[in-house]
Amino acid sequence: MTLFFQLTLYLYLLATAVYVAHFLSQKKQVRAVARAILFAGGILHTVYFVARYLAAGHTPLTSNHEAVSFFAWSMTWAFLSFWWRYRVKNFGVFVSPLISLLMLIAAFSSQEMAPLPPALRSNWLPVHASIAIMANGFMAMAFCGGVMYLLLEREIKKKKFGIFYSRLPSLEALDNLNQHCLALGFLLLTLGIITGSAWAKQAWGAYWQWDPKETWSLITWLIYAAILHQRLTMGWRRRRAAIMAIVGFGAVLFTLWGVTYLLGGVHSYVG
Amino acid sequence: MLAESIVIIGVNHKTAPVAVREKLAFSGDCAGPLLTLMGIEGCRECCFLSTCNRVEVIFVASDPAAAAVAVRGFLFAKSGLADSEAQQYSYLYQGKDAVAHLYNVAASLDSMVVGEPQILGQLKQAYREAVEQKTTGAILNRLLHKSFSVAKRVRTETNIGGSAVSISYAAVQLAKKIFGNLQDKAVLLVGAGEMAELAAEHLVKQGIGRVIVANRTVERAAKLAREFNGTAVGLAELTTQLAEVDILISSTGATDLILRKDEVKPLMRQRKNRPLFLIDIAVPRDLDPELNDLDNVYLYDIDDLKNVVDVNKAEREKEAMRAEGIVAAEVVKFGQWLEGMELAPTITAIRQKANAIREAEVAKTLGMLKSLSENERRSVEMLANAIVNKLLHDPMVFLKNTAPHDNPQLKLDFVRQLFGLDKESSEQ
Repeated sequence: MTLFFQLTLYLYLLATAVYVAHFLSQKKQVRAVARAILFAGGILHTVYFVARYLAAGHTPLTSNHEAVSFFAWSMTWAFLSFWWRYRVKNFGVFVSPLISLLMLIAAFSSQEMAPLPPALRSNWLPVHASIAIMANGFMAMAFCGGVMYLLLEREIKKKKFGIFYSRLPSLEALDNLNQHCLALGFLLLTLGIITGSAWAKQAWGAYWQWDPKETWSLITWLIYAAILHQRLTMGWRRRRAAIMAIVGFGAVLFTLWGVTYLLGGVHSYVG
Repeated sequence: MLAESIVIIGVNHKTAPVAVREKLAFSGDCAGPLLTLMGIEGCRECCFLSTCNRVEVIFVASDPAAAAVAVRGFLFAKSGLADSEAQQYSYLYQGKDAVAHLYNVAASLDSMVVGEPQILGQLKQAYREAVEQKTTGAILNRLLHKSFSVAKRVRTETNIGGSAVSISYAAVQLAKKIFGNLQDKAVLLVGAGEMAELAAEHLVKQGIGRVIVANRTVERAAKLAREFNGTAVGLAELTTQLAEVDILISSTGATDLILRKDEVKPLMRQRKNRPLFLIDIAVPRDLDPELNDLDNVYLYDIDDLKNVVDVNKAEREKEAMRAEGIVAAEVVKFGQWLEGMELAPTITAIRQKANAIREAEVAKTLGMLKSLSENERRSVEMLANAIVNKLLHDPMVFLKNTAPHDNPQLKLDFVRQLFGLDKESSEQ
């Protein structure tokens, strides 16, 4: 089973390298190879996930390793599904390193399968955990879009056209990507909080108890709500939207790791 | 040497930034500058070219060094720069280099956007005005006509004008990078000049949604607007319109800035930060350079647009090499013609031609009259010789004698044409 994980990691790393090669050479065949490798990685990753589910007897989203690995999995499939309906030029070279980085973090955290504490034994586990982590996946994509936007915008503003000018899609396309990912991510984040609350009621008897994880989820949610609200009413578009997507992703990461390792709380045994 | 008397002094986008070029901007027709230039001592012929990107004087002078200082003084008169500074910002080509430079300019190899087609029309217009003012002579007439045919050769034999053909094209590329799809975007043209027209044409070809034209004279705006199915507004509505449009192309002849940072800043709020692409193709500049500091505002002036073109420069470099080959060959040809334009070579050429005809005819005649004695044969030869020499005598005297008001080049050119010495020139 660890073999599946290792192979997936290697495939992702290889895909990243080939995406970088494509970014530099801009040869179509190279991109097709990169995508095929990433696709193979995604399938192997799914196999690993199912195998782990069967071995553990419950949805494997309860340790840091599992959560981060699933985070990478959802990014991979979200990205691959984009290719089907919503293509963004050279998006892969920005997304694939992030996927690889998440997989490296997963590789270095404990892969032990701990028995599930009684409080977590619920049908809410797969629903809540997967939705919350998939929300992270879309926020990560928005983050990539924000970074791409700022890189291209910088070249246009400074009037010095470097490596990004000819390779990145238009600012408008990147801004749309940003909006697209944020809207989907926000929907999932909202659902994640609602399902989490329902699960909390079932497990602990209260919908909300201001545990640090809950508080930080709410803070993250508020940040994204503000971004989307301002975008629609005040015109926080374009450059500011790109910056906010990056800031919001910082909150996502803090909720994921910062809370667990710095603040503790009832959620702390979860990824 | 005659060749050394051809000189070009000028300023272009390579040698001087917009800030310097706008100080030299000449407006209106060339008549004034041409007459001033002809007043310079020793200046025998001249042509004056002024476009957004270059100001050039092409002249023929008996004392090129002295005339050059005077011409530079004329060019930089309004700038307040000393001659040493003026030398830094300008270029001076003489002889073959001057010919090569003019060919490069005509063929659009020296343009900011290499291959853009406007320059040839501008050069032709400059030549037409010089002809009207009678400031060109035998040398510039031939040189400029040659430069037009070189430009035509380069256009047809290479693909130099293939991709990015003009500044406006470069601007459209950039607009696409900012806005992606142009179909739901609007452009506001301020100033209804030639450049604005060309830019609008490119944008319409790329499917821009709406065209709005603002001009000082509304009639001109209305005429241009009709051409592009757009609307015309007065200049007073500039800021109102700016809240709506996405691209602004400014090309007015105003001497002052027409749009400042403080005027646009509040508009961005109203626009909900939709990006604004400002293109300033006017010299002197219309738009405040500080506008570029505003978030989501992108300001490009004529120099900046050059960068967009440099991105795909490599693809065109090969074509440029071929074009340079054509220019080099044509420069050699012109050099040969110039060498002939001296007195001695012309006399030699006439003699050679006459002797060749004489020898051929004598040989033909003697071939038919086989019965003639040696003495009679010699008499025929002497007859032919005498006719040729007597016939050539007066033209030779006419050539060698120079009256004080004569233009020697004009005379040489005339005689060379009369005797058909430059086969190529008779083709035109």
